[in-house]
Amino acid sequence: MEERLSKVLAPYKGKHNALIPILQEVQAELGYLSDEAMMEIAKTIGLPESQVYGVATFYAQFYFSRRGKNQTKVCTGTACHVKGAARVLDAFERELGIACGTTSEDYEHSLETVACVGSCALAPVVVVNEEVYGQFKSSKISKIIENLKE
Amino acid sequence: MQKINSPSEMVEMRDLCQAAFARQKVRFLVCAGTGCIAGGSMEVYAELKRLIGERGINVDVELLFEGQESDAGAAKSGCHGFCQMGPLVRVEPKGTFYTKVKASDVPDIITATLDEDTVVERLLFKNPDGNKALAEHDVSFYSRQTRIVLAGCGTIEPEDIRNYFAVDGYQALADIFQNHSPEQVIDIVTKSGLRGRGGGGFPAGRKWKAGLDAKATPKYVVCNGDEGDPGAFMDRSVLEGNPQAVLEGMTIAAYSIGARYGVIYVRAEYPLAVVRLLKAIEQAKEYGVLGENIMGTGFDFDIEVFQGAGAFVCGESTALTLSIEGKRGMPRVAPRPRTTEVGLYDKPTLLNNVKTFAYIPDIIRRGADWFKAIGTESSSGTAVFALTGHIANSGLIEVPMGIKLREIIFDIGGGIPKGGKFKAVQTGGPSGGCLPESLLDTPIDYDSLDEAGSIMGSGGMVIMNEKTCMVDVAKYFLQFTEEESCGQCVPCRLGTKQLLEILKDICKGRGKPEDMDLLVELSHSVHGGSVCGLGQTAANPVLTTLRYFKSEYEAHINDKCCPAGVCKDLISFRIDEDKCKGCTLCARACPVSAISGEKKEVHTIDQTLCIQCGICLDKCPKKFSAVECVSPKIIVTPKEKMEVS
Ligand SMILES: Cc1cc2nc3c(=O)[nH]c(=O)nc-3n(C[C@H](O)[C@H](O)[C@H](O)COP(=O)(O)O)c2cc1C
Ligand code: FES
Repeated sequence: MEERLSKVLAPYKGKHNALIPILQEVQAELGYLSDEAMMEIAKTIGLPESQVYGVATFYAQFYFSRRGKNQTKVCTGTACHVKGAARVLDAFERELGIACGTTSEDYEHSLETVACVGSCALAPVVVVNEEVYGQFKSSKISKIIENLKE
Repeated sequence: MQKINSPSEMVEMRDLCQAAFARQKVRFLVCAGTGCIAGGSMEVYAELKRLIGERGINVDVELLFEGQESDAGAAKSGCHGFCQMGPLVRVEPKGTFYTKVKASDVPDIITATLDEDTVVERLLFKNPDGNKALAEHDVSFYSRQTRIVLAGCGTIEPEDIRNYFAVDGYQALADIFQNHSPEQVIDIVTKSGLRGRGGGGFPAGRKWKAGLDAKATPKYVVCNGDEGDPGAFMDRSVLEGNPQAVLEGMTIAAYSIGARYGVIYVRAEYPLAVVRLLKAIEQAKEYGVLGENIMGTGFDFDIEVFQGAGAFVCGESTALTLSIEGKRGMPRVAPRPRTTEVGLYDKPTLLNNVKTFAYIPDIIRRGADWFKAIGTESSSGTAVFALTGHIANSGLIEVPMGIKLREIIFDIGGGIPKGGKFKAVQTGGPSGGCLPESLLDTPIDYDSLDEAGSIMGSGGMVIMNEKTCMVDVAKYFLQFTEEESCGQCVPCRLGTKQLLEILKDICKGRGKPEDMDLLVELSHSVHGGSVCGLGQTAANPVLTTLRYFKSEYEAHINDKCCPAGVCKDLISFRIDEDKCKGCTLCARACPVSAISGEKKEVHTIDQTLCIQCGICLDKCPKKFSAVECVSPKIIVTPKEKMEVS
């Protein structure tokens, strides 16, 4: 991990303006921002760790613990909300057996909500890994989960 | 490739691109907007390319530029706006418009177009009156629209700048280099009456003038593509569908105020917009219409893309610039200098919304009077809305300002689907309000919507039918603002939380009659005690629902009843003994096994187990309609409970 981290951080030595792109790149590389990664980032750009955490925790995009192999995001933007997003979310919680905002013990699945992915005309919308599913029906869930196993 | 070395060469470039594209007799434009991609449009595109290629037809655009003719080609376009009917395919030059196209439909489309000169009837859109639409302008969804910002979305290929050149792209920039001083450009923008499309409606010309007057350097131009309203995708579609128009608009702004650098702030959830923008910037630089020594004039302007990290408040201008600097996006506390004087890196910064910039090239080319003539006296031009929710035709629309809400919802949107009844229209997202049927004749402009208690916003328009609970909607928005409040103003941080708690109580059946007054009082405190628009407008959803849908609050509080059947703690599902035919569908679908009953016998729901998920209601065949949702809740007495167990 250290090697991957230092490769990402190399071009950013001392550049604290670039903190957000750095956090994004590190997360893209490692999947989440571990304590060690946060320490390294602080050291590289020359900011106190508290400040790096202060910025990172302000933004919803950053995660501080390991996440599942498959990531499901249920859109709960306004358009999806009025089209029954809450029920879709309930159904995912039931089928995956995990609460929204958590990861399964075997690290297979993470479940979270997102406030609009910009496909509102297709509400309700669910994003599984990078794939967008529009006009979502809860009856599709078991098949989607099944397909992810392959 | 030919680099533009002087503004006068732009005309030549346009003619060259037009001539090249004209050598292609037929062009299949497949929508590559996010909605259509989700529906499988890229498979349609691949199939088109493959089948045309199989016929030995040249599909290479480069060969067109070398002078070769071609019988047909395929291209990817940006979002047409009619996402719900996607994947969409448009066949040029006739403009034949196909909806819900699958890869398996492609052979028929090709045969009809290239061999028979006919159309594939089954893929045409059927208007509500039963008539089939041949082209976009025959579709009722489009025929009432006036497309300026969206004109290029769906008709040009966003990933090839030559498409933009062919439709007069960068002519406006070339024109101002040759004919207008910065003051004159600002004068045109001012006279056009263009107001900022990010929600506030601040006159663009006045902001640009302040940018020009600011003394410090370097100056920045920032494009706000944060699109925070959860339930809207106008800016996304413009960035993905016609990125060059935004770049040209920003460059004209930079020339007007004397800026050297530009930044486009794109929302975290829009990866495709980032890809298209980066490509667009690269191509614009290659052709010399962006970067150093633009069109050989000695004017330098560079644009970078910054990806947001998921914070609604970062859409606010001062928070946005702080976020670019790598800090927490907390709006600066008043009294503060304007962003045009002290903005990004404490330098003068001109910040406008995506659409505001995208209007600029057209305004310069066609003139201030042309733009001013569209719309109303105080709000000129068009408005772009993402029309969503319970509406027959959902998608992206562009209409002249002053049009009535009713026209948008019923003429363009086609009304409420499935025999539903209109209940409310929400504009302005979390800062806006919900308007009832009685206000549907309100014209769309900044001032009228303000007066009605809502706001124009940046373009979200969500239609709600009678099955939407307005207390739940207010709770929904407060949940959003409570979570997104940056926390520096106590009235916003704690006030939104208290508002939310009260609304949650009401939805749970624990509301008290005095809660309604308390909500109003708290709303005013939150409004008065917050520095930025987030807090100042956070209570709008509460105030408008209280104002227009008071009886629903009363039903929740006094009768513990949710008339729309949404609030789980106030509803029960039951099976009508006279209607149930014992088909067992509901019992098999119930996730908590709360339904019992033998085949062909009446089923019953155990209220102590039921989690109100509503699946039984969905599953019960329409012809039986035996499951019903009732409110207030069916109270199970301990005795009945014993019997059940
Ligand atoms: C909480 C909050 C969120 C905002 N979100 C956005 C946004 O997503 N997009 C946007 O263009 N403007 C947003 N604004 C408005 C901006 O502060 C600013 O007024 C606007 O971008 C200026 O551009 P315009 O003059 O072209 O409208 C937001 C304002 C507030 C207070
Ligand atoms: S509200 Fe769900 S995609 Fe926009």
